[in-house]
Amino acid sequence: MSTTDAPAMRSGQPLALGQRLLRSRVLAALASPHGVDRYLEQVNPMWAAHEVRAKVVDVHREVDVPGHPPVATITLQPTSTWRGHRAGQHVQLGVEVHGARRTTRVFTVSSPDSRHGDRFTITLRANPDGVVSRFLVEEATPGTIVHLSQAEGDFVLPDRVPEHVLFLSGGSGITPVMSMLRSLQRRTHRGRVTFVHYAQSPEHQIFADELDRVRRSGDGIDVHLLHPELGDPNLSPAFLERLVPGYRDVPTWACGPAPLIEAVQAAYDGSEALRVEYFKPPRVADAGTAEGSVAFSRSGKEAPNTGASLLEQAEALGLKPEFGCRMGICFSCTSRKSEGTVRNVLTGEESSLPDEDIRICVSAPVGDCVVDV
Amino acid sequence: MSTTTSTPTSTSSGTQASTQASTQATIDPDAVRRLTTEELDRFGEELDAIRQRVIADLGEADASYIREVVRRQRQLEVAGRALMYLPPAWPLAVAALSISKILDNMEIGHNVMHGQYDWMGDPGLNSRMYEWDNVCPSDQWKHSHNYIHHTYTNILGKDRDIGYGILRMDEDQKWHPYYLGNPVYAFLLMIFFEWGVAMHDLEVENIVSGKRKVSENKALHAGIMRKVKRQAIKDYLLFPALTGPLFPLTFAGNATANLVRNIWAFNIIFCGHFPAGVATFSEEECEDESRGQWYYRQLLGSANITGGKLFHVMTGNLSHQIEHHLFPDLPARRYPEIAEEVRDICERYGLPYNTGPLGKQLFSVAKKICRMALPDRKPAPASEPDAAVRPVAAA
Repeated sequence: MSTTDAPAMRSGQPLALGQRLLRSRVLAALASPHGVDRYLEQVNPMWAAHEVRAKVVDVHREVDVPGHPPVATITLQPTSTWRGHRAGQHVQLGVEVHGARRTTRVFTVSSPDSRHGDRFTITLRANPDGVVSRFLVEEATPGTIVHLSQAEGDFVLPDRVPEHVLFLSGGSGITPVMSMLRSLQRRTHRGRVTFVHYAQSPEHQIFADELDRVRRSGDGIDVHLLHPELGDPNLSPAFLERLVPGYRDVPTWACGPAPLIEAVQAAYDGSEALRVEYFKPPRVADAGTAEGSVAFSRSGKEAPNTGASLLEQAEALGLKPEFGCRMGICFSCTSRKSEGTVRNVLTGEESSLPDEDIRICVSAPVGDCVVDV
Repeated sequence: MSTTTSTPTSTSSGTQASTQASTQATIDPDAVRRLTTEELDRFGEELDAIRQRVIADLGEADASYIREVVRRQRQLEVAGRALMYLPPAWPLAVAALSISKILDNMEIGHNVMHGQYDWMGDPGLNSRMYEWDNVCPSDQWKHSHNYIHHTYTNILGKDRDIGYGILRMDEDQKWHPYYLGNPVYAFLLMIFFEWGVAMHDLEVENIVSGKRKVSENKALHAGIMRKVKRQAIKDYLLFPALTGPLFPLTFAGNATANLVRNIWAFNIIFCGHFPAGVATFSEEECEDESRGQWYYRQLLGSANITGGKLFHVMTGNLSHQIEHHLFPDLPARRYPEIAEEVRDICERYGLPYNTGPLGKQLFSVAKKICRMALPDRKPAPASEPDAAVRPVAAA
C-alpha cells in the first residue's frame, strides 16, 4: 500500500507558531511541575508540545496465511511533534492493552522518508507471544492512540545514494529496506538497485503486489524474491557472486532473522560495504537456575549471573547503585533493565519486557540480563 | 526476636501482654498481644497473600480510577486559575485550587511516588518521574518518606517522622525545655507544612546537634531552591500577573490554596501515627526483623480514620494508614477493600486495629502534642509497672 504524502502546509507557519507557543518557557512555567503535555492530553490526545503520539488511521492486512501469524501495515497520523524519519529507522511504539498497562516495542517504519508531522506506516507480523504486535494487528482500529518515540537508528541510506545499492532481507526484515526502496523511488534514484528477499513461500510474501509492479516498471530495480523451502537457492557467497559480481564492494543493507544475517556476515567477510540490522531474540533460562551473564551497562561491568538479586550482584562487582529499604517497598533502587528476563523474588513473577523499570533489590536475573547501573 | 513496644514502663511488664486488646482508638500500646515466632510467620504469610492477590488483579479499573482522579485534578486546577479572573468567584476559585492541590499532593502525588502505578508503564504516573505541586522536590521526599519513614516506621532514632525533628511526640524522646513550645511548633508546622516537608531531608536537628555537617546539604539545598523557585514563580508571580489589576487578589488566592492544602495535609498525616495507642519501637527490638515482624510493627505503628468515600479520596486514602503501611506500593484505592481482611486478621491474632473518626483522632493527637510539651510526671525511667503514670495509656 502506498503512504500518504502530507500536505506541505502541515509544516507551514501557523502550526510552527503554535508549536513555538506550546514550547515556550512561560507556558512551561505555568504548567509546572506537570508540564504542558499533561494538560493538553486531557483535551485531545493528539495535542502535544513535546511528546509524540499517533492515531491509527488504517490497519491493512498484508499477508494472512491460515495457521500463520498475519502481517499488517498500520498507517499512523503522528502528532505535530513527530520530527520525521529517515528510511530504515525504527520507532518505539507503546500501546495500552486493555486500557491499563503500557507496553512498548520497537517497530521499523515501512513508508518512505517522512517529514515533520507526516503520516507514516509500520509493517509488522503479529508475533504469537507479542503483546504489542498482536494488539496492533488484531485489535487496533482507526482512532486507536499509540505512544511514540522519535525515529531512531542509524541503519539508514546516506544522503548521497551510491550508484549501486544491494538490499538483502528475510521475513519481516523487509520493512526497513522497503522504506529505503520506496524512498529511492520517490527521490527518482537513477542508479542500480538489487533487491533480494527471502520468504517462506509466495503466499508469505509481504508487499508482493508492489514488488511485482516495481519489478516490471523498468526502473533498473532487480527484484529477486526467493523461497528456499520451495527449492530456491539459499544465501551463499557463490549465489551472491552470480547475482551481483563483486558484491563485497557493493554498498549493502541487510535485515532479517539471525540465521540470515549470520550467513550474510560470513559472505561479506568483514567488508565495510555491509550494514546489518536484526532484532536479538532474548535467551531465557529456567526459573530458579542461575545462567547467563549480567551486564551493568552504565558502568560497563559484566559477570556471570549468580542468581542473587541484581542489587547484590552489582554490589559484588564493586558498584554502588542507589538503594533504600532493600525489600522492594521504597523504589529508591529502581533502575532500567534494557534486555533480559528478571524474576521478582517476592512474587516469583517473571518479566521479559525490554526497557523496563525494575526494583533491583527484589529482582534476580533469569539468564542474560542488561541493566542500566 | 519478638517485637514489643518500648515505652519506659513496658520493659518490666510481663503480665500486661496477656490483656485483651480492644479495637477502639484508645489502645494501651503496652497491652498489645505479642505473637510467637510461628504466629508472626503465619501473620506475615496471610498479609503476603493479600498483596499477591491484589497485584494479580491490578488492571483497567485501577488505571481508569487514577486517570479519572488526574482528570478531575487538572479540571479543578484550570477552573481555579480561571475563576481568579472573576473577583466575586474568588472563594470558589480558592476552593477549586485548594482541592486541586490536595488531590495532586495526596491521592495522586503521594501514591504515584510510592510506585503504586508504576505497573501501568505510563511516564505521567511513574514514581521516578512524577513531580508534585508542592515546594518539596519529589526525589528528596521519596528518600525521607518512602525509604526512611516506610522502612523504619516508628523506630525511635531511625524514623525521623516521629516529631519531624521538631516536635516531641513520644515519651521516649528525652524531654527538654525546648519542648514547652510543642503546641506552638505544631501549629507553625501546620501553617507552613509544605515548607516543613521540603526542609525535612536537610535534617536540621542533626546539624544543630552536630551529627550532620552543613556541607552535606549542599546538593539538597540546590534541589529545594530550584523547586521553590518554580513553585513561587507560578503561584506568586506568573498567574497573579496574568490577571493584571487583580494581581493582589490572585496572589492571595493562590497563597490561601497552598495554606488550605497545608492545614488539611498536616491534620490527616498527623492522624496516621500520633493518635493515642500507636506503638513506637526501639532500634534493638527491630534488628533482624522477619517479614512478619515488619508487618506487625507497621500495623501497630499506624492509625486509620473512618469516613465516607469522598473523604478517603481527599486524604489520598491515608485514612487507611494501616493498610498503606502494610502495602505501600499497592494502589491506594484498594485499601478500603483490603481493610476488611486486615481487620479480620487482627481479630484472629488478637491485635489492635487503631481507627476512629477524624475528630476523635485529631483530639487524641492534639492532647499528645500538649502532653509531650511537659516533662514526664515521673522523671526517671520507671522500674515498676504502674498504669496510672503511663501518659499514653492514661487517656
